[in-house]
Amino acid sequence: MSGEEFVPLSLTPMLIGVLAAVACALPGNFLVLRRQALIGDAISHVVLPGIVVAFLLTGLVAAAPMMLGAAGAALVSVVMIEAIRRLGNIEPGAAMGLTFTTLFAAGVLLLEQSDTSSVHLDVEHALYGNLESLIWLDAIGWSSLLDPLALAGLPPELGRVVIALIGVIGFLWLFWRPLVVSTFDESFAQAMGIATNRLGVALVMVAALAAVAAFDAVGSIIVIAMFICPPAAARLMTNRLEHQMAWSVVFAVLSAVLGYVFAGYAPLWLGFENAVSAAGMIATVSGLILALAACFAPHRYRSGAPAV
Amino acid sequence: MSLELAANMGAAPKAEIPTESPLAIRGMTVSYGQKPVVFSVDMTVEEGSMTAIIGPNGAGKSTLLKAALGIVSPLAGQALVFGKPLKAARHRIAYVPQRASVDWDFPTRVIDVVLMGLYRELGLLRRIRPQHMDKARACLERVGMSDFADRQIGQLSGGQQQRVFLARALAQEADLYLLDEPFAGVDAATEKAIIDVLKSLRSEGKTVVAVHHDLTTVRSYFDRVFLINTRKVAEGTVDDAFTPDMLNQTYGGRLATGQIDQLELAAG
Repeated sequence: MSGEEFVPLSLTPMLIGVLAAVACALPGNFLVLRRQALIGDAISHVVLPGIVVAFLLTGLVAAAPMMLGAAGAALVSVVMIEAIRRLGNIEPGAAMGLTFTTLFAAGVLLLEQSDTSSVHLDVEHALYGNLESLIWLDAIGWSSLLDPLALAGLPPELGRVVIALIGVIGFLWLFWRPLVVSTFDESFAQAMGIATNRLGVALVMVAALAAVAAFDAVGSIIVIAMFICPPAAARLMTNRLEHQMAWSVVFAVLSAVLGYVFAGYAPLWLGFENAVSAAGMIATVSGLILALAACFAPHRYRSGAPAV
Repeated sequence: MSLELAANMGAAPKAEIPTESPLAIRGMTVSYGQKPVVFSVDMTVEEGSMTAIIGPNGAGKSTLLKAALGIVSPLAGQALVFGKPLKAARHRIAYVPQRASVDWDFPTRVIDVVLMGLYRELGLLRRIRPQHMDKARACLERVGMSDFADRQIGQLSGGQQQRVFLARALAQEADLYLLDEPFAGVDAATEKAIIDVLKSLRSEGKTVVAVHHDLTTVRSYFDRVFLINTRKVAEGTVDDAFTPDMLNQTYGGRLATGQIDQLELAAG
């Protein structure tokens, strides 16, 4: 494929897919280790009602109110999960399942009842995103990467995922040590004075930031998959957290690139006429990578065998 | 009457807290739900001593430690560490939680766990330098685990995991060591290694408090005991407080007479 075709049509969607996948996979490592993988699922669902409410209140489909609405919904869901868990004495997984399905359903109802026909906001978009449409029409080839005029025409979603990714990396870099200590041994962390509860909420909020930015571009399916699949596969590759983080990035990038390419071309290779959803294919590829890791990865058996 | 009110009334008037004690607990009351687990407990730990916290299952031994450390929030009561509120004295405490309380499948190495003990020294962003590594290695050496520094923690036996936990506490260079069942489910060699380290800490003037289950070793390991069954039963030297009478009160007659006879107890 030549640059003239690739840069305007495929470069930006692929880049957005990659950045969104990495932004979700990084905090996903901690969520999976904390047995909170479902929180990622919950967040990606409650983003929908959050965005709808933000739209109804402001009448705008702009980044700032959507982000705020989604973050607010994430906060509400965290509080709801805790409340259900404590008041109802219900196990955390069930409390999360209850919360996010209910809020997502409420979001769908809100969306159907409100007049959003004029804007690009619908259930299908919420699930699959619109990765393929995030094209860069101002580009004419690789040279456009240096052309300020063309660069100004980049899809705004790209800027949002870049900001989210910077936020995620900044948070993990700054709070790496307390996050690791409190994830491994919460009571030891508390005894040393680490505010583990606040740190846990901050982690969920950062995950929510990644989910919101990714949701806008690639939909909730991919968000759920990227929170869980790359970190889970990465855990099977290594016994060190630093290396696990690196592997999760590799798998996230691989899923996004292969998923995007396969979505465009695999159906043609197989004799079908139309390309399939890139978000769906990216999530599928990440699942396949996890399956391969479960079958062949070096650290898939961790029996904790007694050392000699 | 609410539990909280009852606890406050039970605690008042507050005994004066000796300011030099490594750990002074007054009127500590903790409940999970409506049932108090620890009720209006006072405790005064003597500096340079080794104290065993003894009591039946569910008697509030671990909870008392956690409340003193601020890990669980008490309904009432307070703890002073070397005469200061907890916040001002955290750096002087090292805590060894129950081994079973963490996920040993966590992707980390033995040396990394010991380095966690240096968290207060390293803070958020300070780089780990050779002197930090040396300190962590020395702590591993002290518990006989130097050869395991690069192992993944899940590959260790229970006893080895417990030694790593102790090494992490040593890295904190604290003055007060609080250990929650350090001998639970460990092999004989580890038990010996741990008690040797604890005794050497005492000889350096440090203070050790451990939740302990094995009544047969109390006399040889510890110099003081704290008997608890939700309420404090007794506190003092092994000779004064570790008596058949007090044990019967603590365990509510659940210890067989034959068991008690074997304990080399002080005359009651």
